[in-house]
Amino acid sequence: MAEFINGYLIPFAWILGKILLFVLPLLVAVAYVTYAERRIIGAMQMRIGPNVVGWFGLLQPFADAVKLLTKETVLPTGSSPVVFFLAPMVTFSLAMIAWAVIPVNEGWFISNINVGILYLFAVSSLGVYGIVMAGWASNSRYAFLGAMRSAAQMVSYEVSIGFVMISVLLTAGSLNLSEIVMAQKGMWYFIPHFPMFVIFFVSVLAETNRHPFDLPEAESELVAGFMTEYSSMSFALFFLGEYANMIMMSGVVTILFLGGWLAPFDIAILNAVPGIVWFALKISFCLFLMIWVRATFPRYRYDQLMRLGWKVFLPLSLIWLVLTAGFLVYTGRVPV
Amino acid sequence: MTVNADVEIENYTINFGPQHPAAHGVLRLVLEMDGEVIDRVDPHIGLLHRGTEKLIEYKSYLQAVPYFDRLDYVSPMNQEQAFAIAVERLLGIEPPPRAKYIRMLFCELTRILNHIMNIASYAMDVGAMTPFLWTFEEREKLMEFYDAVSGARMHAAYIRPGGVSMDMPAGLPERIMTWANQFPKIIDDMEGLLTENRIFKQRVVDIGRVTADEAVAWGFTGPNLRASGIAWDLRKAQPYDGYEDMDFDIAIGKNGDCYDRYLVRVVEMRQSIRIIKQCLEKMPTGPVRVNDRKIMSPPRAEMKSSMEALIHHFKLYTEGYKVPAGEVYAAVEAPKGEFGVYVVADGTNRPYRCRIRAPGFVHLQGMDFMLRGHMLPDVPAVLGSIDIVFGEVDR
Repeated sequence: MAEFINGYLIPFAWILGKILLFVLPLLVAVAYVTYAERRIIGAMQMRIGPNVVGWFGLLQPFADAVKLLTKETVLPTGSSPVVFFLAPMVTFSLAMIAWAVIPVNEGWFISNINVGILYLFAVSSLGVYGIVMAGWASNSRYAFLGAMRSAAQMVSYEVSIGFVMISVLLTAGSLNLSEIVMAQKGMWYFIPHFPMFVIFFVSVLAETNRHPFDLPEAESELVAGFMTEYSSMSFALFFLGEYANMIMMSGVVTILFLGGWLAPFDIAILNAVPGIVWFALKISFCLFLMIWVRATFPRYRYDQLMRLGWKVFLPLSLIWLVLTAGFLVYTGRVPV
Repeated sequence: MTVNADVEIENYTINFGPQHPAAHGVLRLVLEMDGEVIDRVDPHIGLLHRGTEKLIEYKSYLQAVPYFDRLDYVSPMNQEQAFAIAVERLLGIEPPPRAKYIRMLFCELTRILNHIMNIASYAMDVGAMTPFLWTFEEREKLMEFYDAVSGARMHAAYIRPGGVSMDMPAGLPERIMTWANQFPKIIDDMEGLLTENRIFKQRVVDIGRVTADEAVAWGFTGPNLRASGIAWDLRKAQPYDGYEDMDFDIAIGKNGDCYDRYLVRVVEMRQSIRIIKQCLEKMPTGPVRVNDRKIMSPPRAEMKSSMEALIHHFKLYTEGYKVPAGEVYAAVEAPKGEFGVYVVADGTNRPYRCRIRAPGFVHLQGMDFMLRGHMLPDVPAVLGSIDIVFGEVDR
């Protein structure tokens, strides 16, 4: 019995506790990213944004959540019910699962696997299934077109994301996310890999279906794209999933290029600040950029988006990969 | 072994509207699609048909004016002006000079009102949200000017046969001048987000091209015609209401694509500012209504003492005035193009027939040839660039 408790129950409870410690703040963060987005875009567009519910409108996200929860769930005629309701769950849980390997501070993670970066890559690629399922199951042409676009878009940009990741991990010499962060102690990778940083950030916008690449849900063409037929909680799950994905991808940008939880300069005062604060600040910076882009740019057209992905980003990231490898070998800096 | 028969893959159709966030108003486009490429566009109209032309036949000439506000509800005064000019020609009267200048002033304000609405919603259709909110602040100010002269923000019923309904309130010209001085800055800001934006240009350059011949053949007018390179503007070609005194330029485009149509409108806004300033500087003094008691009612003060004035007022607002038999076509350069009114009078107090030529209706016909071979995301771009308002298309 003691063996059972010590060997299974306690580790299980510990893992469960860690998961809750990740997921609960994450959900709150998702809620407030939506709030921040509305306030920031509001400021950029010379209007106020939500400011009525709670102090400065701080309770707005919860009011929205309650509203969505109490709405009627509509099942369109001719749709396939199982897949229709499975799709938002898939999207949402995939956005959550990815956080299993992300280290938010030195030693703060749910699981420290050796191939963390591959795991992230795999999980983010799976994200397209939720959208394709939603588009197919809705039995609507708008949703279907949105899903087709999304599939093409996410697959194309994953290719360049993959090459950018390889450049980074060649320099760091590890697939483990914590080690990649520690390898940036001297210099954050966005300095030597600046062009890749830009490409990666833009690809992240495409990967998370954010403006100016929000074609799958392009309002002016496809009404709401793959989400057209969704209402109530199933819509909320898509929405949460999308924003959780934004935070997750910002986390990946932070880990790969912005030095994760490391302080900007190696000074005692800055190092005294807990790593998680730096991590959160860097994520917020990335999110701010995403929101800023949304307020500024028009939307790409589908074929232009593909052209950018395949004809610009893919060759550039390939060339950079070769350059990086050549530089490392030539100067004898290949990490062992 | 059997040979597979050729399988005919049918195109599928998409309903773009009538309840669609980008289908301006109640447009319904039936799109025949080959994947994302458009094979055929079939605009269905009539969902906002209110029978304006028929209704006008049962109204006195003065009662017909408010119907013109409700045609193209984004540029109301230009349409009132077209009707007013038509009736004035039938009556053989000429509004006083101050009325003409006030008309020009407000028609140019309306032109800006319309172009702001068009460019902003056009930008929104291609995905840029911010210009919409920036410029709508200005639209609000313009509507306050409407409010100041007529008491209504949109449906002004201000320009009437024989002049305008009342003079501008004191201080309004100065307010308009202050606004006209700061407005170009707003255009600059908006252009900063769009004109040289690479994504915007990728979305609109070479989309929905219309050659000069096509534009003429399809009866395009206004900015859509000028974007194709034809310098045709009724304000210059057949000046009405004092436009001959104004110094302004006509903006023309070169390629006739969506980008040129956008640029032409931006330049037209700047030219309108020029006209507005000239109107304010040269504004004559004097009456704003014709001094004919059979057509325009006497001032209220006079009615308190004069029995005859009271009778005139009563007759004008019950029976209306009789217009001599005849027919006339009057066209003005409305922001969207040539807005024409063809009135047949039979000598009574009501028009026998009032036919309205709405520019939007003509431009909408072009959707099919402009969009063939383009992709689905180009539909909102072209639709935004030709500036459609359903109030006037369906009438």
